[in-house]
Amino acid sequence: MDFQQTVQQLINGIGLGSIYALIALGYTMVYGVLRFINFAHSDVLMLGAFSAFYIAPKVEKVMGPQSAAGAIVVIALAAVICACIGMLIEFLAYRPLRKRPKLTVLITAIGVSLFIEFSCQNPALFNSDTKRFPTLLPEKQFNFGGLVMGSNDIIVPLVTALLLGGMWFIVQKTKVGTAMRAVSFNQQAASLMGVPVNRIISFTFGLGSALAAIAGILYSIKAPGIEPLMGVQPGLRAFIAAVVGGIGNLPGAVLGGLLIGIVETFAGGIPGLSNYRDAIAFGILILILLFKPAGLLGRATIEKV
Amino acid sequence: MPDPLPPAEKPAPVAARFSLLTGAKRWLFLGIAIAILLSQFSGEFNRYYLGIVIDVGIAIILAVSLNLINGHTGQFSLGHAGFMAVGGYFAAWLSLTLGPNAKMLFPVSLLAGGLLAALVGLVVGIPSLRLRGDYLAIVTLGFGEIIRVVAQTTDAVGAASGLKGIPKFTDLGWTFGLVAVTVYTITALVNSTYGRGFLAVHDDEIAAESSGIGTTRYKVTAFVTGAFFAGIAGGLYAHHKQFLSPTGFDWIKSIEIVVMVILGGMGRTVGVICAAILLTVMPELLREFSEYRMIVYALLIIFLMLLRPGGLFTLNRKRRSAA
Repeated sequence: MDFQQTVQQLINGIGLGSIYALIALGYTMVYGVLRFINFAHSDVLMLGAFSAFYIAPKVEKVMGPQSAAGAIVVIALAAVICACIGMLIEFLAYRPLRKRPKLTVLITAIGVSLFIEFSCQNPALFNSDTKRFPTLLPEKQFNFGGLVMGSNDIIVPLVTALLLGGMWFIVQKTKVGTAMRAVSFNQQAASLMGVPVNRIISFTFGLGSALAAIAGILYSIKAPGIEPLMGVQPGLRAFIAAVVGGIGNLPGAVLGGLLIGIVETFAGGIPGLSNYRDAIAFGILILILLFKPAGLLGRATIEKV
Repeated sequence: MPDPLPPAEKPAPVAARFSLLTGAKRWLFLGIAIAILLSQFSGEFNRYYLGIVIDVGIAIILAVSLNLINGHTGQFSLGHAGFMAVGGYFAAWLSLTLGPNAKMLFPVSLLAGGLLAALVGLVVGIPSLRLRGDYLAIVTLGFGEIIRVVAQTTDAVGAASGLKGIPKFTDLGWTFGLVAVTVYTITALVNSTYGRGFLAVHDDEIAAESSGIGTTRYKVTAFVTGAFFAGIAGGLYAHHKQFLSPTGFDWIKSIEIVVMVILGGMGRTVGVICAAILLTVMPELLREFSEYRMIVYALLIIFLMLLRPGGLFTLNRKRRSAA
């Protein structure tokens, strides 16, 4: 592999990794406040892509085909829809289990995930065939001395960086963010200090689901075939990314996402390894957990009795 | 004044203590005998129902063995299908390699499959059981997926297109004989003096460790034993379906087994057996509504967790707090 190919692979890897990072942000934020893995997150991603699929033609009629403003409207609408779905899932399935063991919630999350997947595969809803995702933006190719970069390869990392900045701002600089950190630190104490715990958790779910929707749309722009199980693979990778980076840690999620994306892209380029792509992400995860059980950027906690 | 000691129990006569037909062992041999007896008449039964009954038996072995890990010991493993795959593929490969003698050596193949699964369980368990809760779930899920990917890329076992033409050796006798052995071994293990350690790890790991119980050792023992029986179940499954496909061992399969354990009430053997029967028969009954079958299944998990987190068959007894 010469230098040029390596750089090309790196660009592709960063593009893929950015999408994983966006999904991982949602996993990590929910884990931060509720300490459980929201298995349904990858299905919210799929619902985001499907919302965009159905909204796009209508927006196109009003805003004209393939306009930047139109794309932003589609993404924003899908994000709002998914934020509502996320909050609804939390309200119906997770809130009644707030005081129960974590394992119960985890299994419920698996149940919710299966429910969304199988309902969407039903012919009455989306059916299980693959649909072609509409072109939201015209793809331009840029050529930098032999390096080919699609406009999406630039947009996706930019959007991720922007959203990460936005998340950091919300969590660190706003009142809601302070409340989120308080709930994450100690739910009971936060509640005693007058933090509306339920509302904060709901807000976190909404935020995470909106990120998942945006990630789902970006993923579909890169690979424009959408079907009800499309979220499973990227969801699993992103979930690994979140754990690798240290679950509950925002920069960690992005770091993990980029790492998994880049390694996976490079492994895909090596003939003997390409069949093991699925196993590689898990391999990285296991190695990192064995040596740093709290993830790359996570802090080890001491269990107190 | 200290309470008076209870009168010492009269030691059982030597002959009875060493007899094969005392206590729980009686049920073990009764189970095996009934299984072998019934299997003599398998020609009389409808083949479709016979197939489902064997499916049920395999599901019971899987659920009861996972119950040792997830129920009694309180660890959360999401990789049981992986161990089943190891045992199934190895036993099937042995049967195909042995040729004409394979039928005679079927028990050896099954045992070899189980032992290899146990070995894999040991390799997986030693590093990953240092992790707790969610992390352990993720790592076991990861190992399960890695095993599936390896099966999918190994040409010796048919790679992605699956392993075909496995001889049909699994019958009622083998299946339910092994169900009896599994249930007996795991119940006896948990109820033994040694086995109290599993429950201690389940109830409070820190307290158990402070009382001098080697928690890691117990967790690894549970894991390896569970993996062994999952491997045996895999071997039975391979020689029942006569075809193995890597996609049949994905993490949805692991979740199915986990659901059986939860539905049965985490650590309640009888409940887990009932759940395994129910969850294997239910999809067959719902075959007409196949489009809605999995939706019903998913809703069942959610409502069960909301309404009956202690298991479907748990009566008003005080339930042990699930960790």
